[in-house]
Amino acid sequence: MNTSSPDLECRDLVKDFDDFRAVDHVSFDVPQGSFFSILGPSGCGKTTLLRMIAGFQSPSGGDLLIKGRSMIGVPPNKRPVSMVFQHLALFPTMNIGDNVGFGLRQRGVSRSEIKTRVEQVLARVGLPDVGQRRIDQLSGGQKQRVAIARCMVLEPDVLLLDEPLGALDLKLREHMKVELKTLQAEFNTTFVYITHDQSEALVMSDNIAVMNHGRFEQIGSPHEVYHAPATAFVAGFVGDANKVSARYEGDAAEHQMLRTDGGKILRLEAGASALSQGQKADIYVRPEAIDLLPADTPPEGGANIDHGEVVAVLFNGANSTVTVKGSDGAMLKVALPQTGSFASLRKGDAVCTRWQPTQARCYANAEEG
Amino acid sequence: MIPSIPQSVFTKFCYRAYVAVFFIYLGLPLAVVCVFAFNDSVFPALPWEGFTWAWFFGKDAPFIGVFNERSILRSIGTSAFVAVWVSALSVAVGTCNAFLFVRHDFRGKSLLYVLMLLPLIIPGVILGISILVFSSSVANTLEDATGLWFDGLRPGLILVILGQFSFITTFATLVISARLQKFDPSLEEAALNLGASKAGAIRQITLPFLLPAIVASAVVAVLMSFENFNTTLMLVGSDSPLTITMFDKLKQGSTPVLNAVSVLLMVASAALGVMSLLFQRSKSS
Amino acid sequence: MSSDASRLGFYLLLAPILLWLTVLIILPHVGLFVVSISEKIGPREYELGVGNYAAFFSEPLYWRTFARTAIMSILATALTLILGFPIAYYIAKLTKGRTKTTLFLMCMIPFWVSELVRTFGWMILLRETGVFSNLLQSLGLVSGPVEMLYNDAAIMVGLVYTSILFMVVPLVTTLDSLDDSLIEAGYDLGGTSTSILREIVIPHAMPGIVSGCIVVFMLSLGNYLTPILLGGKDSLWFTGMIYTQFITRFNWELGSAFGFLLLALSSLVVFFGLKLSGRSLSETMGRA
Repeated sequence: MNTSSPDLECRDLVKDFDDFRAVDHVSFDVPQGSFFSILGPSGCGKTTLLRMIAGFQSPSGGDLLIKGRSMIGVPPNKRPVSMVFQHLALFPTMNIGDNVGFGLRQRGVSRSEIKTRVEQVLARVGLPDVGQRRIDQLSGGQKQRVAIARCMVLEPDVLLLDEPLGALDLKLREHMKVELKTLQAEFNTTFVYITHDQSEALVMSDNIAVMNHGRFEQIGSPHEVYHAPATAFVAGFVGDANKVSARYEGDAAEHQMLRTDGGKILRLEAGASALSQGQKADIYVRPEAIDLLPADTPPEGGANIDHGEVVAVLFNGANSTVTVKGSDGAMLKVALPQTGSFASLRKGDAVCTRWQPTQARCYANAEEG
Repeated sequence: MIPSIPQSVFTKFCYRAYVAVFFIYLGLPLAVVCVFAFNDSVFPALPWEGFTWAWFFGKDAPFIGVFNERSILRSIGTSAFVAVWVSALSVAVGTCNAFLFVRHDFRGKSLLYVLMLLPLIIPGVILGISILVFSSSVANTLEDATGLWFDGLRPGLILVILGQFSFITTFATLVISARLQKFDPSLEEAALNLGASKAGAIRQITLPFLLPAIVASAVVAVLMSFENFNTTLMLVGSDSPLTITMFDKLKQGSTPVLNAVSVLLMVASAALGVMSLLFQRSKSS
Repeated sequence: MSSDASRLGFYLLLAPILLWLTVLIILPHVGLFVVSISEKIGPREYELGVGNYAAFFSEPLYWRTFARTAIMSILATALTLILGFPIAYYIAKLTKGRTKTTLFLMCMIPFWVSELVRTFGWMILLRETGVFSNLLQSLGLVSGPVEMLYNDAAIMVGLVYTSILFMVVPLVTTLDSLDDSLIEAGYDLGGTSTSILREIVIPHAMPGIVSGCIVVFMLSLGNYLTPILLGGKDSLWFTGMIYTQFITRFNWELGSAFGFLLLALSSLVVFFGLKLSGRSLSETMGRA
């Protein structure tokens, strides 16, 4: 295949329903063999987008190409895409072999070839010799693999996955994340995955599109999306972050100076955002970017240092956090160091917090325009 | 197939047209029955001779309306009498059965449940003749033994009531059991915990919960009793319920009086239906 | 709580159902069977024997009517399924909310109206002086009155009309429970409307199809009004024959044998229907 033409390409895709626009001028392309996730809260339009790719909704505008061929007007049963449904949609009236062989039967493949190909694909997903079993005899994770096998046996150009892990329990979900990624590498097929769970997207994807209100806020690698969120929405939605409201006060010595609602001055990297004097902005700082220090730490030039009091210690293993009430009364969530140095921290203890100006992201407050 | 699957306009149009034709097929016979109840003609057929209420209120032959036709009025009364008895009996037994099947476990329960369903798969005519044969032989035996008469066991209203009751009870049991199954037993336990007696808890908590199902099955029982023909035909004596009277009249030749009775029947069952629907609404909301 | 009281309660609940089933269902059918194997040898004198059943098989009119009733009922069942399935599918899958409820309730209308009234309606439509005949004449399609009543087609129309509700309702219920995503998955995997109907929709609807067919077959087999009124005096229907033996001829022994044969046929159909669907009677009928 021509490497210059991506497996899936959307150009200015729009979908209007009676009273609202579900998908609003979305453009992106997915190169062959990559794992592409669309991440967004429920109701952001990601399911509509996926169903347009599959052919169950027709776009109101724009174009949709698979391997360079426009899919507008092509019915779902004629598209080279397959879909793993949210609740898998395995046919309960058929056994596993018949489920996986369904698509091949539709293509008129000979009985004996269907048999061998079904066996092959089931072996590839690690479920040999289950062909005769009924659907309800499988565990949740096995069903996932059968659903994927049922699609992959057709060798689709693009595999669409509609939050297939949502129904699994936490432990299995963690396991399936890794397994899905492995399967994708194994088949080397383009996966388009939609989810509202940022951890699924971060773990599995080569690229993530963060979607909100029908628009793509950012497309980038998991690293970019996490560490360099393009918008306030992305910063707030992907990963944990402290949000601090402040007003721009001007520049001073390589730093932008902002005053919080509580009256404290915060330093940000120069050029962190294009703000005008007195404009309101939101500052996002990740809990793990904040250092916890003893209460008697002396002030230091470049960093933002504050004295505060521990309000709550939330122990959660590796993800333990401490809520600190700053000198201006604002609450700050801080990751508890894994070194055990603050293991004896209790509610009411005095501590010091510190974060570097480069660690924060700042966005003009949209509401004030 | 489903809205999200694209389909040709022609196919969609044909499908809709079929559905429309189907509903016309459903409605047409009922519509003509109603229309000809108001035709000013002695025969329920075209041509249309003009609108009249005569088939309801008429006094002069041949235009004798329903309300002046003694035989029909009497049979409506007979039907109502039968329906009330059948409805009361089958709801009472159905409620007992519901408690028995939902609340108790005992040996032979599943066998009893299947037996309880049997009246659904026995043709009405057979149900009728079997009760007829049985009651007659019981009556013969008793009369031979005692020398007394047992008219209640000969074809007549008692047998009609028993015959209809014998299969309508199954429906009542199913409807009430379904509702009782949804009842959360902890509500009753809470009542006991708050000091109610067992009987008091059932009366104050469980029965009010079952009321919509009880009302619904009573309404359905009345309707089924009014409509029943096959079983009744075999057991009827000298007092004939409405359907039997109408059947006899129909065999002699149809007159618009029958249309008028039919209209009354439809109005009555529609009213019953709406009332029970409103009652369900007020209970469920 | 005292267990004596709860045992008493249990027996009080058990008494009505046992009374009902024994006195009105079991004993009458045992009695029916006993009468069917009795032969009259003199006034009020009987002896056991299979003479009544022998009479059934040796008299062509009897067994032909029986066969005819069975075949017509099968035909009516098949027709009802073919006509009702698209309607049930339309209601279950292609409508939503208020429209769905309305259409569903509209299917119930025949239930709310007595069978006699429905059949009367068809008589008004179909007979020689009826609405259709007049309509065709005024349209100039025919020159004289047409009699559409008193033939097998009229019986069929009436039977389908009377029983279609019992087909559509269970079908709507089962089709309603078919997840749309299964149909979408079928399309997504390259299926066509026909193959999805055959491989996904119909297998899923099978329980509804079986219970609908059982009920419709039984209703047709046991129907009396429709064949008599729409088929005319010589429309041979087995229930009519039972009525004749019981009420007109007063030959209860033969009538009981006929009744038992009809019961056997309908039980057989129920039995095989259930075997076919692999479900129990309680599952199939319990949710009617």
